[in-house]
Amino acid sequence: MTESKKELAVAALRDGTVIDHIPSNVLFKCVRILGIENMDTSVTIGNNLESGKLGTKGIIKVADVFFPESTLDRIALLAPTAVVNIIRDFEVVEKRRVSLPDTIKGIVTCANPKCITNNEPMATRFEVIDRDDVTIRCCYCGQAVNAKKAIIR
Amino acid sequence: MNRHSLVSISELSKDEILHLLDVAGYFEQNPNHKILDGKVVATLFFEPSTRTRLSFETAVNRLGGRVIGFSDASTSSTSKGETLKDTIKMVSNYVDLIIMRHFLEGAARYATEVTEVPVINAGDGANQHPSQTMLDLYSIYKTQGRLDNLTITLVGDLKYGRTVHSLLMAMRYFNPTFNFVACDELAMPAEYKDFCKKNGIKYNESHEFSPEIINSSDILYMTRVQRERFTDIMEYERVKDLYTLRNSMLADARPNLRVLHPLPRVNEIDRDVDDNPMAYYFEQARNGLYARQALICRALDIDILNDKR
Repeated sequence: MTESKKELAVAALRDGTVIDHIPSNVLFKCVRILGIENMDTSVTIGNNLESGKLGTKGIIKVADVFFPESTLDRIALLAPTAVVNIIRDFEVVEKRRVSLPDTIKGIVTCANPKCITNNEPMATRFEVIDRDDVTIRCCYCGQAVNAKKAIIR
Repeated sequence: MNRHSLVSISELSKDEILHLLDVAGYFEQNPNHKILDGKVVATLFFEPSTRTRLSFETAVNRLGGRVIGFSDASTSSTSKGETLKDTIKMVSNYVDLIIMRHFLEGAARYATEVTEVPVINAGDGANQHPSQTMLDLYSIYKTQGRLDNLTITLVGDLKYGRTVHSLLMAMRYFNPTFNFVACDELAMPAEYKDFCKKNGIKYNESHEFSPEIINSSDILYMTRVQRERFTDIMEYERVKDLYTLRNSMLADARPNLRVLHPLPRVNEIDRDVDDNPMAYYFEQARNGLYARQALICRALDIDILNDKR
């Protein structure tokens, strides 16, 4: 029942982007990373949906918006399992997993209060030092943090 | 960004380190060499550090360059709320090289990103201080005649001491054996032990500053155990004297052993060690001049050994 409803919901989008298989506990952080809060197109957000792989999952559907690949890949930091579906004229024209970039610019706040990035108007930059465990390190002060504990701007 | 900037010692290759040591050796023989004639160097010290600043400024002066700058952020526009970026951009209009000390970590990296003028990091908070590491390497090289296959014992505050972390990273090219002597509260952090494992560096850990460790070492690198580092003041009282070096402890040391310390020292090296020929910490500080002359030449792309101007 859940499955058929979800398919119906996805199909109902004429054009836009569906991001599926987001772990429930990071759904709203992903919403923030993508900047969806400030969009004026039709947005549907579902959470705690049943998922075979994840237990429960979240889903984001945004009508008439096609994000740049680099923007979508930012959510790989928190949701490496997420799958992006590009919908055009009710058809899924592209389906792919997000992939973690080598550097993360601007979306994570460094946890070190003595880091220059917390004291100067500037963008942060982190490099991924462990892809399996998703650990990132500040390119400025060198402090490492696991992505699960990272502070999202 | 200028490719001759230096933020962290880890940016230097083995060949670059060895070349810089040769250049430092040259300057020890010829400290006054007017190769910076007509050059202006800024020493921007957003945090006071008299020793480092005087050493860098002496280096510039002995090379015939001129120095501008400030020794305290309160005398710069920072006190009016100017950003670091704006200060660096402004100073870049005037000088050929920026030598910068800052209380915030990552400040030097950021400075290199906003200017085309080379920047030498003279310490950014608890992060990096590559010129200290160069003078440590030069001191080791000079006293041991080599950097390869040495046993180096690091004593005291191995948790917060950036000098020991940078030294450890710089030594990765030279097959060292490290002894880490510290109490639990100030033990070498896991990330540096992982670094050793990844780079095949041998190390031992000990709570005890024992005769066996001292007598098997080529270098004793002492650091200050600071009271403010402890959450438990009783623990500080318990350990503060455990890592103090006394002259009697050096009786059976290897003849080539040298005692290093980044200074200032408080009581981790007893005054009775000062007259022992193995005590090297004051000469070590003097080596900072030659190491910094070498780093200034690198930053300005001057190859003094092949191009004696």
